[in-house]
Amino acid sequence: MSTTEHVHDLGMPAANPIDAAIAASVATQGDKQTELKAKDFKTDQEVRWCPGCGDYVILNAVQSFLPSLGIAREDMVIVSGIGCSSRFPYYMNTYGMHSIHGRAPAIATGLAVSRPDLSVWVVTGDGDSLSIGGNHLIHALRRNVNITILLFNNRIYGLTKGQYSPTSEVGKVTKSTPMGSLDHPFNPVSLAIGAEATFVGRAMDSDRKGLTDVLRQAAEHEGTALVEIYQNCNIFNDGAFDLLKDPTTGTQWSIPLVHGEPLVFGPDGAACVVRDDFGGLRIAETNQVDAADIVVHDAHRQDSSYAYALSRLSSQDLRYTPMGVFRSVQKPTYDRMMSEQLDVAAAEGSADLDSILAGNDTWTVSA
Amino acid sequence: MTATDPAVSAGSSAPGGLVKSVVELDRVVIRLAGDSGDGMQLTGNRFTSETASFGNDLSTLPNFPAEIRAPTGTLPGVSSFQLHFADHDIMTPGDAPDVLVAMNPAALKANLADLPGGGLLILDADEFTARNLAKVGYATNPIEDGSLEGWQTVSVPLTSMTLEALADSGLGKKEAERSKNMFTLGLLSWMYHRPTEGTVRFLERQFRRKPDIAAANIAAFRAGYNYGETTEAFAVSYEIKPAPMAPGKYRNISGNQALSLGLVAAGQRSGLPIFLGAYPITPASDILHELSKHKSFGIRTFQAEDEIAGIASAIGASFGGALGITTTSGPGISLKSEALALAIMTELPLVVIDVQRGGPSTGLPTKTEQSDLLQAMFGRNGEAPLPVVAPRSPGDCFDAAIEATRIALTYRTPVILLSDGYLANGSEPWAVPNSADLPDLTGAVDFATEPNGEDGEFLPYLRDPETLARPWAIPGTAGMQHRIGGLEKADKTGNISYDPENHDFMTRTRQAKIDGIAASIGPTDVDDPDGDATVAVIGWGSTYGPIGAGVRRVRRSGRKVAQIHLRHLNPFPADLGEVLGRYERVVCPEMNLGQLALLLRAKYLVDVQSHTQVRGLPFRAAELAAVIQDVIDSTSGAELAADPTGGGE
Ligand SMILES: Cc1ncc(C[n+]2csc(CCOP(=O)(O)OP(=O)(O)O)c2C)c(N)n1
Ligand code: SF4
Ligand SMILES: [Mg+2]
Repeated sequence: MSTTEHVHDLGMPAANPIDAAIAASVATQGDKQTELKAKDFKTDQEVRWCPGCGDYVILNAVQSFLPSLGIAREDMVIVSGIGCSSRFPYYMNTYGMHSIHGRAPAIATGLAVSRPDLSVWVVTGDGDSLSIGGNHLIHALRRNVNITILLFNNRIYGLTKGQYSPTSEVGKVTKSTPMGSLDHPFNPVSLAIGAEATFVGRAMDSDRKGLTDVLRQAAEHEGTALVEIYQNCNIFNDGAFDLLKDPTTGTQWSIPLVHGEPLVFGPDGAACVVRDDFGGLRIAETNQVDAADIVVHDAHRQDSSYAYALSRLSSQDLRYTPMGVFRSVQKPTYDRMMSEQLDVAAAEGSADLDSILAGNDTWTVSA
Repeated sequence: MTATDPAVSAGSSAPGGLVKSVVELDRVVIRLAGDSGDGMQLTGNRFTSETASFGNDLSTLPNFPAEIRAPTGTLPGVSSFQLHFADHDIMTPGDAPDVLVAMNPAALKANLADLPGGGLLILDADEFTARNLAKVGYATNPIEDGSLEGWQTVSVPLTSMTLEALADSGLGKKEAERSKNMFTLGLLSWMYHRPTEGTVRFLERQFRRKPDIAAANIAAFRAGYNYGETTEAFAVSYEIKPAPMAPGKYRNISGNQALSLGLVAAGQRSGLPIFLGAYPITPASDILHELSKHKSFGIRTFQAEDEIAGIASAIGASFGGALGITTTSGPGISLKSEALALAIMTELPLVVIDVQRGGPSTGLPTKTEQSDLLQAMFGRNGEAPLPVVAPRSPGDCFDAAIEATRIALTYRTPVILLSDGYLANGSEPWAVPNSADLPDLTGAVDFATEPNGEDGEFLPYLRDPETLARPWAIPGTAGMQHRIGGLEKADKTGNISYDPENHDFMTRTRQAKIDGIAASIGPTDVDDPDGDATVAVIGWGSTYGPIGAGVRRVRRSGRKVAQIHLRHLNPFPADLGEVLGRYERVVCPEMNLGQLALLLRAKYLVDVQSHTQVRGLPFRAAELAAVIQDVIDSTSGAELAADPTGGGE
């Protein structure tokens, strides 16, 4: 080895150990595999959800659609909190962390910020993300860190056996609320939009096509993406979303959101969404309004008032529930901006340890 | 003054024909006290820098209120800065000041009791107005009523002299008045023969964008210096020769600075990118500030939404192969408990800094205490052991940070480093190390890149037989996908396991891993010059200085005592029990109600005598000397004549 190649031998490893480890794994195991099948994402772990739980359906949908993203399994990390839904990472052949109650968005933030090369996902429940972890969720959203959050909303605490949750309707009778719950629920989509989210979508566990479509857009979004997935807990809150699942009532009460399409829904497109007199939105009968007045869905509006107004159309009992992508706008991501600051600092300043150890004011004692 | 044998040298002639004498001292303790708005911390820091560059040994004690601007002129608003400097090696900021500078009646009232009779008292006469006196309950002006007769009181109009010096500066009265701290600094710089160029350069740098303010401060500083030279109020100036120090390059450093630099160095010496997740809290915030300045080293600092997110984000970063760090104080550690246990369960490296302050609850945010030891040891659910280390002096925070990182990386565990408010803000001269001589931590970072199982699978909990550390496989590494989490892990595979035998085994294994760290830390460091002391004093953390100073006094009185100071609180050095067993009596001074004593008694069945104080301030050397003396004398039965409680260090 010629000494000229190593002018700056500071006793440091040649490459960043992270890059070196990844390179070493490629050297021994071959190039990254991005052409994968659903089964490649399965693990040998026995899935422990109750038979019939909506979580199975979501797991299958995710495993089936992931190969289409072309992301190598080792470049994906799924971080979850605590709850039935948060068992998700064990069943995915990716890197994963089943962490502590409510903190997954914060853990994912640290990971995504320090490893922008990864695809980082959060799986969380309505209790996990909106009760104990509410603070982390809103801050992840406002920072716009590049993570994709899947919020499994079954409107109940499943794992702790059926207490009401922050999304349960008022008056919910559970073991902890025998005379009915008193507090008003969050609408997770409204909350996310209020927290400056750049991507917010909603999908139904049983609607493979709709779910996959929203998930794909969320995965492709750069920044924090939140997808609220309505998930049936057949043990403690069975049928919570039947109104939207039933073929008849489903069409009547769901509003499909398709970017660039007029918001017309219901049997024979009998209902539609128009602007109200206060800058919000309201439901109207299609044959009672001028076709030009029907709102054409625009998920890319920078101003979030429209997406927020959309989210307010639905009521607690799920009538008039928009399904699909509410909002998808581009904003610089936190992790990218931080990397840029580091690049600027590296270009402007030196990284000479001896110089910062000495600081500005030194004196020398001679022998 | 407490100087031994003050040598009066030939007088020097000042302009105006005034003959001034120079007295040589071996050490001085100065306390600057004023309103929190008077800039006493800045003045103290400048005097410290001058003193450091002059080559004295020194130790400082800043003491300030938690409020940013407590009501002006009130007792709660008093801020002070004590500096001890000497021509020899010293260990504490001094028990009591020799000189007290009080910028207003409140500062006088709050500090006078600490100034021994005969001490030098310098007052800003301008501030002793009826209104200011009334604010702190002085019925008459102490400058005039004779109540200060027991001290050498010099009352000078510092404010009006500053205004006069800045008459042509173009600054308004309010603005000009703010330079009175620099006038005072100038006067003190003359009194103690301090070099002045550093302060001039500092002021120029500090007020780069406000040249008129820079000029005014420099003018006030010079006016104060000249005033000393020409006034009759001060007939004597003092010389404190540089202290002999090992040859080398030195700087003055505070504990928080040293800790931050230690972390930067740990990142560089391990080759890992640093990720710091932190939520602001006194007295730890300065570490976040300092690391945020060093982005050019690839350091990512993340101001989280709370302490939980601070540690959680650091855990996420560690999972990704960064050196995850979180910094906080006691209340923040409380919030981090659950996440700490997650890091213990997932066996990821993590450095957790607790700069302790007075507790419980919000407690005394700006005051020092050592009361988080048991929280660090046990403040989690389940059997959740983790290593705990503590620095002993401001400069030692550097080495402690590197040691904490070494343990975290080698053993794949969270480590708690317990600093405290006194170390954080206090400062001392520090021999600047050469980066190439620092520990090489690259060996502790061996990311797993190949399956380790017999069937070609990756076993995330298959341990290193020596350290019991598990492999660290980071996302992005093909073929190593695995899932970790807070649920109990099956041995080797890391799969979820509720098996009773496995839980028992894993619980014991996690404990054994932490206990095993003792093999890497060397034997107990005992300072027992003749090796025949029967009494040992044992301490940890920032009490090192006061205990050491107390021990010196005791030894000067002819008594024998051993000093043991622990860097590692968990695990203890392997031979500690045997070492303690050698002594008839063991005394343990702590700034809590006996937390280390409790651990030592429990672990070694040694009858440790706990001596405690929780005043928010470091121990006084004299007090500790008296305690140690009592124990020695009651042990040997022999009364020695000399009283160890007086005198210098
Ligand atoms: C600190 C802490 N508090 C409480 C719990 C108990 N706990 C576990 S899951 C859960 C609620 C989960 O509800 P949700 O997030 O809706 O998940 P689901 O089970 O419905 O999928 C609670 C309260 C816990 N594990 N940790
Ligand atoms: S309790 Fe409900 S959410 Fe949990 S696994 Fe069973 S069905 Fe699913
Ligand atoms: Mg739930």
